[in-house]
Amino acid sequence: MEPILFVIFGAIAVGGAIMVVTRRHPMASALYLILTLFAVAALFVLRQAHFLAAIQVIVYAGAVVVLFIFVIMLINVPVHKLPVERVTGLRFLGVLAAGLLILESAVLTRRFAMPRASAVDAGSVQAVGKALFTDYLLAFEITSVLLLAAVIGAIALAKKKI
Amino acid sequence: MEALARSLVSAVPAIAGVPLWTVTLLMMVLSAAVLLAFALTFGGLGSYVLRKVAGDIQVRIGPNRVGPYGLLQFLADGAKLLLKEDIIPAKADRFLFILAPYLVFVGSFAAFVVLPFGVGLTASDLNIGVYYVMAVTSLVVVGILMAGWASNNKWALLGGMRAAAQIVSYEIPVGMAIMPAVLIAGSLSLQDIVRSQGGLLGIFGWNLFHNPFTFFSFFLYFTAAQAETNQTPFDIPEAESELVSGYNVEYSGIRYAFFFLAEFGDMFVVAALATACFLGGWHVPFFRAEALPALWGNLLSLAVFLIKAFALVLVMMWVRWTLPRLRVDQLMRMSWKYLVPLTFVNLLGVSLWLLIFKGKGIPALIASLIG
Repeated sequence: MEPILFVIFGAIAVGGAIMVVTRRHPMASALYLILTLFAVAALFVLRQAHFLAAIQVIVYAGAVVVLFIFVIMLINVPVHKLPVERVTGLRFLGVLAAGLLILESAVLTRRFAMPRASAVDAGSVQAVGKALFTDYLLAFEITSVLLLAAVIGAIALAKKKI
Repeated sequence: MEALARSLVSAVPAIAGVPLWTVTLLMMVLSAAVLLAFALTFGGLGSYVLRKVAGDIQVRIGPNRVGPYGLLQFLADGAKLLLKEDIIPAKADRFLFILAPYLVFVGSFAAFVVLPFGVGLTASDLNIGVYYVMAVTSLVVVGILMAGWASNNKWALLGGMRAAAQIVSYEIPVGMAIMPAVLIAGSLSLQDIVRSQGGLLGIFGWNLFHNPFTFFSFFLYFTAAQAETNQTPFDIPEAESELVSGYNVEYSGIRYAFFFLAEFGDMFVVAALATACFLGGWHVPFFRAEALPALWGNLLSLAVFLIKAFALVLVMMWVRWTLPRLRVDQLMRMSWKYLVPLTFVNLLGVSLWLLIFKGKGIPALIASLIG
């Protein structure tokens, strides 16, 4: 049962991601991004990482993409004014790079066996909390300072007078 | 669910030959059907009660034509909504316009799955219960934005944007205000949170009376959650006097009914979460419902849980018809400048309390002094 579900949700995630970069209207891209994020959350659930799945949905689908959509609605560009992307050499290079990446990862996974999940509950609340507050404490705290700096920067940019 | 199915298969010899996953699937479908029936009934009767409460507060009678005391009004309304012409505006984005109400309804209905209705009455007691509710609620935002954008109407667009800004802002205080209950129980599962509030202290075992900070966080949660469900005094997304009806202005018939049902579903989810996290959930004061035989224990705890939750729903309706609507900037200021800092201070206070008094609340401390 699990492999079948993995293939289904993996296909949805990859298909959604392709739609994100190929749609012309930014609104369609944003909505496909939500679909992709939900599919990835489903993959987390399949690995018993329920906590990570919930966080994924709350933070990304519930907040980040909603802000994207918010901005898209605020600007609200009419369909006929959307820019048309031309096929250039850069696009060809992109396809080439993507092909190389796929080839490379295929070779790498053949050489080094796929890491098996070390513990069944690696994505549970307890495991994530323990990892964050012991092994990765410094990175965790530094990230919070970084985010604070970003918030203050955004306010300084947006406000004329503080 | 699977453990329950296994015990059912072993208990009833008649279905011993049926594969386990069929039994599990059947039970899942059955519990979903029961919850759906409950949500629909609540939406219908809730609309009647809402209008009666509005009538009482505004010194008029309210619905009184269909059936005794107007009790069957919701059936008439439902039939009307079903039979109405289903209009899709010519310039609307057809696919998204059709999809949006279902997303909103699914987001609100999916939260019912983890609600602890009784001692053993939870469709699925997920170990991330509280976070699960917050995660599926984010579907509602996406649906509302979709509805506002797909309608191709200024009022709908404005309403959708206001709703998104509001829900994203109020998600933070809601999450932070509910954390004290999670800290005390040491678990995100709603059943564990309810179980942590039992014991011999009666209503003083509730998280509401655990310590001053939890008392305060109940009110913070209730305020922020009412804002997250877009209800008056926080209903700027559909402010009738400015936006006609906001993001659902172009919807009619059954699609409108879905938005309407989702709103009532959200209302119940908020009341049920507040009950489970702060008001002792299904615990009967000074009585152990768990000790009764399974059937009676479940029925009693279900009744107690529903009474508490419905009382909170009534309070929400009362607030809804009493206070005037906030302005957009006031609403944002309320969330970011008052509720968010207060919930953070509160969370810190609860954490310190749990550290200093080793997880004991005021009632437990007093009890240990006396006894």
